[in-house]
Amino acid sequence: MATIAAPAVERENYLNTDFSVRSWLLTTDHKRIAILYLISITAMFFVGGFAATMIRLELLTPAGDLMSSDTYNKMFTIHGVVMVFFFLIPSIPATLGNFLVPMMIGARDLAFPRINLASWYLYIVGAGLMMYVVLTGGIDTGWTFYVPYSSTYSNTHVITAIVAIFLAGFSSIFTGFNFIVTIHRMRAPGLTWSRLPLFIWGHYATSVIQVLGTPVVAIALTLVALERAFHLGIFDPRLGGDPVLFQHLFWFYSHPAVYIMILPSMAVISEVVSTFSRKRVFGYIAVALASIAIAVLGFLVWAHHMFVAGISVYAALVFSLLSYFVAVPSAIKVFNWTATMYKGSVSLTTPMLYAIGFIGLFTMGGMTGLYLAALGLDVHVHDTYFVIAHFHYIMVGGAVMGYLAGIHFWWPKISGRMYPEAWGKIAAATIFIGFNLTFFPQFVLGYLGMPRRYHSYPPEFQVLNVMSSAGASILAVGYVLPLIYLLWSLRYGEVVSDNPWGATGLEWRTPSPPPTENFLETPVVTWEAYDYSTVSEVPVAR
Amino acid sequence: MHDRAIAATHGLRHHFADLDQQRESATLGMWVFLVTEIMFFGGLFAAYLVYRTAHYDAWVTGSEHMDFWFGTINTVILLCSSLLVALAVHAVQVGRNKTCALYLWIASAMGVAFLVLKGFEYHAHIVEGAVPGALWKLTVPDPQAVQMFFYIYFVMTGLHALHVTIGIILLAVIGWYAAKGAYSPANHNSVHVSGLYWHFVDVVWIFLYPLLYLIAHKKA
Amino acid sequence: MWQTLPLWPVRASTLANRTDALMIFMLAVTGFFTVMIFTLIFIFAMKFRRARNPIATQIEGSNTLEAIWTLIPFGIFMVMFVWSASIYMTWAQPPPDSEEIFVVGKQWMWKFQHPEGQREIDQLHVPLGRAVRLTMISQDVIHSLFLPEFRVKQDVLPGRYTTLWFQTTKPGRYHLFCTQYCGTMHAGMIGEVVVMEPAAYQAWLSGGNAEGSLASTGQKLFQQLGCTTCHRFDTQGRGPNLVGAYGKPVLLDDGRTVTVDDNYVRESILTPGAKVVAGFKPIMPTFQGIVNEEQLLSLVAYIRSLSQPAQREPVNNRPAAPATRSR
Repeated sequence: MATIAAPAVERENYLNTDFSVRSWLLTTDHKRIAILYLISITAMFFVGGFAATMIRLELLTPAGDLMSSDTYNKMFTIHGVVMVFFFLIPSIPATLGNFLVPMMIGARDLAFPRINLASWYLYIVGAGLMMYVVLTGGIDTGWTFYVPYSSTYSNTHVITAIVAIFLAGFSSIFTGFNFIVTIHRMRAPGLTWSRLPLFIWGHYATSVIQVLGTPVVAIALTLVALERAFHLGIFDPRLGGDPVLFQHLFWFYSHPAVYIMILPSMAVISEVVSTFSRKRVFGYIAVALASIAIAVLGFLVWAHHMFVAGISVYAALVFSLLSYFVAVPSAIKVFNWTATMYKGSVSLTTPMLYAIGFIGLFTMGGMTGLYLAALGLDVHVHDTYFVIAHFHYIMVGGAVMGYLAGIHFWWPKISGRMYPEAWGKIAAATIFIGFNLTFFPQFVLGYLGMPRRYHSYPPEFQVLNVMSSAGASILAVGYVLPLIYLLWSLRYGEVVSDNPWGATGLEWRTPSPPPTENFLETPVVTWEAYDYSTVSEVPVAR
Repeated sequence: MHDRAIAATHGLRHHFADLDQQRESATLGMWVFLVTEIMFFGGLFAAYLVYRTAHYDAWVTGSEHMDFWFGTINTVILLCSSLLVALAVHAVQVGRNKTCALYLWIASAMGVAFLVLKGFEYHAHIVEGAVPGALWKLTVPDPQAVQMFFYIYFVMTGLHALHVTIGIILLAVIGWYAAKGAYSPANHNSVHVSGLYWHFVDVVWIFLYPLLYLIAHKKA
Repeated sequence: MWQTLPLWPVRASTLANRTDALMIFMLAVTGFFTVMIFTLIFIFAMKFRRARNPIATQIEGSNTLEAIWTLIPFGIFMVMFVWSASIYMTWAQPPPDSEEIFVVGKQWMWKFQHPEGQREIDQLHVPLGRAVRLTMISQDVIHSLFLPEFRVKQDVLPGRYTTLWFQTTKPGRYHLFCTQYCGTMHAGMIGEVVVMEPAAYQAWLSGGNAEGSLASTGQKLFQQLGCTTCHRFDTQGRGPNLVGAYGKPVLLDDGRTVTVDDNYVRESILTPGAKVVAGFKPIMPTFQGIVNEEQLLSLVAYIRSLSQPAQREPVNNRPAAPATRSR
């Protein structure tokens, strides 16, 4: 093994400067905070994954036999709340983004390192509260917290869960706020906006949504908590309130939140596809502007979650039209990534496999979004498994695949060691197959009319549900594999050079793992983004 | 006299290239934060707008039960404190740290006065029974919608009072640093961004005041 | 095999035909583009793999291509939008001569009331070929009535009436689901729709133990609650005369105008002070907590009946409607 030949004196880097627990918990180094986030969200991912496993086990049979309906309701609520607010929203921005945004723009840290640390502590307190909720009786409102069920009828820990989400929300705001200021003010000399990696553009767009959207859901959920605590009636129809107003406020954030999850993944894909095609991203400007367009248009489509909720027909028409608008920049991105591979020099490493998987699954997820934006069709498929399948294609097929692509791609930079390539490919293939088997049948189930959040279901839906549960077990194996081999590689992985992929970003022009100050001297950028003539050829044919 | 090189890096955090970058980052940071805050209040303003449109008469009734003078005096207090904060920023720019501190402390004290008045006003509401829920005692037409008005009123002004409280502490602490001479014309980020925050608190009130207190007057 | 592994739901309403046509169009279009993307990626990954193509050819991009793959999807999206919007407009506008049925959703059951007086729980009988309009309200949380074989659903809100209509094309028994999560027994809030030949439906309606029509129940309640004291059928009452009021615009004391519809009637009973008719004093007491949702529906039905030109024909004499009736 290559590790045996590790140099006697390791270079000083952000990992080996200080090993004390205190140096980790009080660190203001964005890279260490990224690692703290990485560990925390991975733990939360497996909590949410456990709930998902229980859901799929229950749905093996039409009768509700494995657990009581109340338990089932808590399982899908925990799955949704944990996965959305405690895994997907922080996933790429708080880990890879935190680690890479300063490095990619040639800065020594984020603009506000202590706020960055505070963000992690907010997240941890929120996640801790959420775990308290999970362990002491759960919550059964669904992750959407629709009133008046959540404000009046539910008998579970709604207020505590809302506080947990509120804290996680502010941790997300702090991250986005830090990114915006850092990207605006701390770019290295010569690094103009048009030379920024698309990863930065994607994170900039994400941050805008985090800063603008999150406070609205925070206040909406606060009102629910107040209503519950003091029996006040801003959303309670018995007291003159309007429950549909809550849905407006909720989706005003929670639709853009989908873009908080997917834009950073798109950002990763742009980097990965370019690097492993060894070619500048096709239509750089179009891809960059598409990110911004998605962030802006994403704020104007929220009521497409409410076509059958009792809103006015004319509002529905406008929101449907705008939903089609937001589909255009997503389509532009897919076409540009595909075109990037054309005449490239493509190597199918693990990150590239995930990226290709992302493009395929995101295409399917995005295309099925068109069905849901279609007013007349949405009347039928709304709140059925079709919706479940659609957003899992976006969030698992899209966001999680992008996250895994990024983790593998930057793993050598983060850890200084290479993951085992063969295992990486096996895991990528397992996840792709397991994912499709899990979620494709759900499109059919949805069009057949199986409603979501059902603990039991009519027997004719069983075969498709069994297929889905079988896929879920494959998917679970696929997710455990990277956890194992990435941990293994920390000790036994091959020690890598500064730039094992021959990538062009500034983060690859500094040691692996990077020193605490990121760069030995402040870089000066004189080249355009993705200029492969500035990096040496990589002989490794993987 | 300080050495130039020392002066240029005095107060510079390690990760910034120079003081200009640090100052610009702090200012932009505060603006972005205030945008978040605007959206935070924005959700409440949206709720206000929806229900005001739906129950305009009840809103007028609710507004009639507001004390015009409490609202007006508090508006004047906040406006004056904002002026003082602006003067404090100017004072530190011309190197008068002591004056800056004094202005900030007076502004902070005015914030306290605002909260005290607000407390008296809340007390009056409780005595009158203009509190939605169990303490409700008013007899008005369409009591549900009027309670809604007071619910939104309490949440909005309560959230605003929370921001005022944070501002009071902030101004007092920054004033203390100013009195110690921590700032210079070249380096007074903290005064500047705290000032921005206080102006924001003021501006939110400028919106709350007519929306809550003056509807009845508009109708009359 | 298709009973254990169904792939496409039964089509049993006029709207289902149109929805499925759009669905097939969407499947064709998105299927084409999905296959195209997958194929291109596969070809590029094989043809330009590093072993065969060690040096990439740098291409900046192409404004022409960007324009093409912006405008073509946009054009296709607009087709989808217009097509789906036309279906939605039909879904949103019940034909005026629909069969009326009232629905109350509660944790965790569906209650249906036919104007003729028939009541049923978790089962809904409707005539084949006639447009049926459901006026729905929830007694507690938000529910959603979903009829997959008819391709329609609508949320059922507390505090406000919503409507849903369909016109069946095939007799049979179909699923009826609640699709808005409503608590513990959400998955148990299901039932069936029984679509019957019109003659059989008439027989079903007149059989059973109907206790008079819904409007007559409302009329009795109207008298019991003392509404008639003020709402007299002349111009002398202290409240507005309700004969002929339903469906017409009315001027309020603050100068606004509202149409007297189900929701306005309901609001006026529960919060009378909210929208007072011009020329009347806000003296009416609230009936909140006194009448429940089902009684409210009977009052609505009664007030509706006061505006119908003539008494409805006796149900037994109603002609069997042709299956293709449309308006």
